Amino acid sequence: MANEIADSTPVVAARRAPHYPGTRVVAFVLLAAFAVVAPFVLTEYWIKAIAIPTIIFGLSAFGLNLVTGYAGLISMGQAAFMALGAFTAVIAYGRFGLPLPLAIMLSGAVAALVGVIVGTPSLRIKGLYLMVATLASQFIIIWALQRVPWTGSGSFATLNAPPVRIAGWDVSTPTDKYFLVLAVVALMTFFGYNLVRSRVGRAWMALREHDVAASVMGVSMLQYKLMAFLVSSFYAGVAGALVVFGHTGAASVQEYELDVSIKILGMIIVGGLGSVLGSYLGAAFIMLLPILLAILMQKAAAAIGGTPAAVDTLANAEHVVFGALVLYFLIKEPKGLAELWHRLAAWVDSKVYSFNGAQTGGKK
Amino acid sequence: MGELMFGIELLITGMLIGLMYSMVALGFVLIYKASSVFNFAQGAMTLFAALTVVGLIPHVGFAWSLLITAVVMCVVAVGAERIVFRPLMGSTQLTIFMGTVGFASILEGAAQMIWGTRPHGLKLGIPHEPLMLGEVYVSKPDLISAAIAGLLVIAIVLFFKRTKIGLGLRAIADDPAAAQVVGIPLHRVWAVAWALAGMVAIASGVLWGSRIGVHFAMSLIALKALPVLIIGGIDSVAGVIVAGLIVGAAEALGEGYIGTHIGGGVQDVMAYVVALLFLMFKPSGLFGQATIQRL
Repeated sequence: MANEIADSTPVVAARRAPHYPGTRVVAFVLLAAFAVVAPFVLTEYWIKAIAIPTIIFGLSAFGLNLVTGYAGLISMGQAAFMALGAFTAVIAYGRFGLPLPLAIMLSGAVAALVGVIVGTPSLRIKGLYLMVATLASQFIIIWALQRVPWTGSGSFATLNAPPVRIAGWDVSTPTDKYFLVLAVVALMTFFGYNLVRSRVGRAWMALREHDVAASVMGVSMLQYKLMAFLVSSFYAGVAGALVVFGHTGAASVQEYELDVSIKILGMIIVGGLGSVLGSYLGAAFIMLLPILLAILMQKAAAAIGGTPAAVDTLANAEHVVFGALVLYFLIKEPKGLAELWHRLAAWVDSKVYSFNGAQTGGKK
Repeated sequence: MGELMFGIELLITGMLIGLMYSMVALGFVLIYKASSVFNFAQGAMTLFAALTVVGLIPHVGFAWSLLITAVVMCVVAVGAERIVFRPLMGSTQLTIFMGTVGFASILEGAAQMIWGTRPHGLKLGIPHEPLMLGEVYVSKPDLISAAIAGLLVIAIVLFFKRTKIGLGLRAIADDPAAAQVVGIPLHRVWAVAWALAGMVAIASGVLWGSRIGVHFAMSLIALKALPVLIIGGIDSVAGVIVAGLIVGAAEALGEGYIGTHIGGGVQDVMAYVVALLFLMFKPSGLFGQATIQRL
């Protein structure tokens, strides 16, 4: 009997303070290492056309996840806030010659300011009414960007940014741009990751579960709902600025229409509502979707000896698959890819770190 | 005098178009009343229906094409209820709304995969010469479309008030659990509501299609019904009609008086601006019931 107790003690201790890094830590280190060496192992096409936009849209999705996933307030205007950021970036950096970091901050600030205004109705209304308010702002912002003369104006309003320089560093090659984008996104993700684990994040989640109950218990609805919109649209604005400085080199209205807002919403549904990791997983998944589909359809066409699908057939197939994925995750896996990953990591942990079954079973 | 006539002309045109918005909005109201679901896919359903009608016309003629599309829309509606919304019932409004966003994406993609992305014209054979009322020009197609829209609205109001299924719909809207207790077949009534919304989609698809052509932008037109809903109050059929008139008039007047100064395009956002004002000052709309929230 005494022997048994002596046996089990070190096991409990090991469980409380594991000496080995868990699967998630290992995966994170590997991912970080890969992110740093990626430009040297991937082709330029992958960096330029896939990695950079994925990271940028991941940031925007993370922003949307803050307001929708954490605070439970729906927003259909994330793309419009990105547009605001993009145009602010070009005007601040190109026309007024602000230093790059300041221009990026200002992009976020302008988007955040408008975001707070759009979020004001959320204090009185919610759910579907709020959806219409944000939808309205999506249309109004894009419309305004096309009409206000000094944004470039016209229905194809496009502004080109001058070559990007920061403190003597010419950000010109895809690798440079990749690192610029990665640095900004990593910084903001770190900040956001901590924010959702702070008092603020807990207040958002309380509001999400029941806003009246939360406010009765002393969570200020005014403060935290507006803050959710503020932070969320700040992230979108910075993402828009990064599109300009790190991806396309220009701000153009068509890149931020309603369908992009819906795409970002799809990213957080597929990735996982209320999950930092999920925002990026979802973004990667949705950005890779058209490429996967193109390959699949090419293979299918080759297999049956038909001609490859036309471009618009592919785009429509993407629509269908996107919608089906959104529905699948909502119904079958509401916590998204993030939850799948956590389950996988837990499974690997249980295989790798189990101590002869003593830890898991507890049965002698 | 000419100035005044111009204003009246704008007002009448706007209100005729407004009735057509009301008709689109009705599709949303139907589903909302039956299941408290805000159906983002109504626009996609409109596009799907219109493309199907136009695609079938060369093969079977107009009347048959309408009939076949009606059957197709019923299948789509029942299928959507069965495989999409039944599994989601009981989740939050937010989740169900996102479900309709996904459903919309599927429908848009499918419609254009089947019928192609090329825009189509749609002629209903309504003469295009304007009608003169005194000194005011009124477009004949607009007048006829508005009349059809108005009739449809009245038909649906009667359906809600006079039929057994309409009664069931109202009961479910009031309290789904209580309705089930007294034996109202929840799923069947939902399927009927979705199918009706599909019929509304056909009507709006055809009428709007004859006006602006059948193409992708149609689902955006349908989204303009959302401001109409907000202004009218989401659960009020009468509100939807009045709000449609207001939005139509505001758009036409805005385009006529403001748009000419800033290069047009005011009608694209006017509805949303008005809706935002309502959301800020009177969120329950003109005729909607103010909701009281309990813990």
